[in-house]
Amino acid sequence: MDLSVLAALNAARRARQGSLLATNLLTGRSVVLTEGEAWPDTLREAAEKALRAGKSGTVEIEGETVFLNVHLPPPRIVAIGAVHITQALAKLAPIVGYDLTIIDPRTAFATPERFEGVDLIADWPEDVLPQRPLDAYTALAAVTHDPKIDDFALAEGLRRGCFYVGALGSRKTHGKRLERLAAMGLTETELARIRAPIGLDIGASSPEEIALAIMAEIVQAFRRRTLSGEAA
Amino acid sequence: MTGTIDPLLTAEGWRRDGRNVALATVIETWGSAPRPAGSHLVIDQDGNFEGSVSGGCVEGAVISEALDVIASGTPRLLEFGVADETAWRVGLSCGGRIRVYVERLT
Repeated sequence: MDLSVLAALNAARRARQGSLLATNLLTGRSVVLTEGEAWPDTLREAAEKALRAGKSGTVEIEGETVFLNVHLPPPRIVAIGAVHITQALAKLAPIVGYDLTIIDPRTAFATPERFEGVDLIADWPEDVLPQRPLDAYTALAAVTHDPKIDDFALAEGLRRGCFYVGALGSRKTHGKRLERLAAMGLTETELARIRAPIGLDIGASSPEEIALAIMAEIVQAFRRRTLSGEAA
Repeated sequence: MTGTIDPLLTAEGWRRDGRNVALATVIETWGSAPRPAGSHLVIDQDGNFEGSVSGGCVEGAVISEALDVIASGTPRLLEFGVADETAWRVGLSCGGRIRVYVERLT
């Protein structure tokens, strides 16, 4: 493999773009296919199938054996709200293998003491998310209960195609939230993707249990999405 | 990608440092193989390596093949099965079989 091919693959991986390395096992030639870019016709169908399923493997293309190595960005969680629930989530997420970033402008909540060793940003989502964009491999969980903090992030999560967008709050709270987000220009289809009330229905009551319900719902959204190839 | 060993980043870094590098990739697995298709082992001309293609069972053999590939520049397709069922000196104790593609980074 040529170093330039490997460099292109690593660049796509660093940029959190789904990508695929196709290696012709007869000729030894390899090419990188990156999500959203133009792909060679001969590879398109097999590459799309492999990328959607997230599965690497060999395929026969025009009588030649080609190995398709799929590279999907590792899923991560962005949580809005440095609250009791996310203190518990910060312990659960690494066990399940998810990176976690917590954003909350309220400096009384977002303290290093409460979130030791956590990627914590004490700033407004409006200021943070343009620098650290959400993507299709990110789960967004908004749990501050405060529209001033949650709404922008939720809208951003839907627009950026986060595989999971969840919001804390009762059905009544959520009804008002939907009206506000619709006024921000989000479509009904987009709004229907918000998981609210947040978390799998396991009868969670304590903040720790709610964190577990959120974590489980995120895993479900990601695994179902990977298998079906559609946003959950 | 952060904090964990990433053989593909290692491979790029080593090559940029001027080292001669081979990349081994699990192409196919049958039965209970420890590492899935797509797993990588990167090897330099001195036998330094990062990553894995099995649970440590066949890495030694892959490394010695990789040194040949670095010298010749010709890729190789290796197959490993249970030790007593194949001609290879090493095998997979788990009973699985794997195919590994080894190529030089140019």
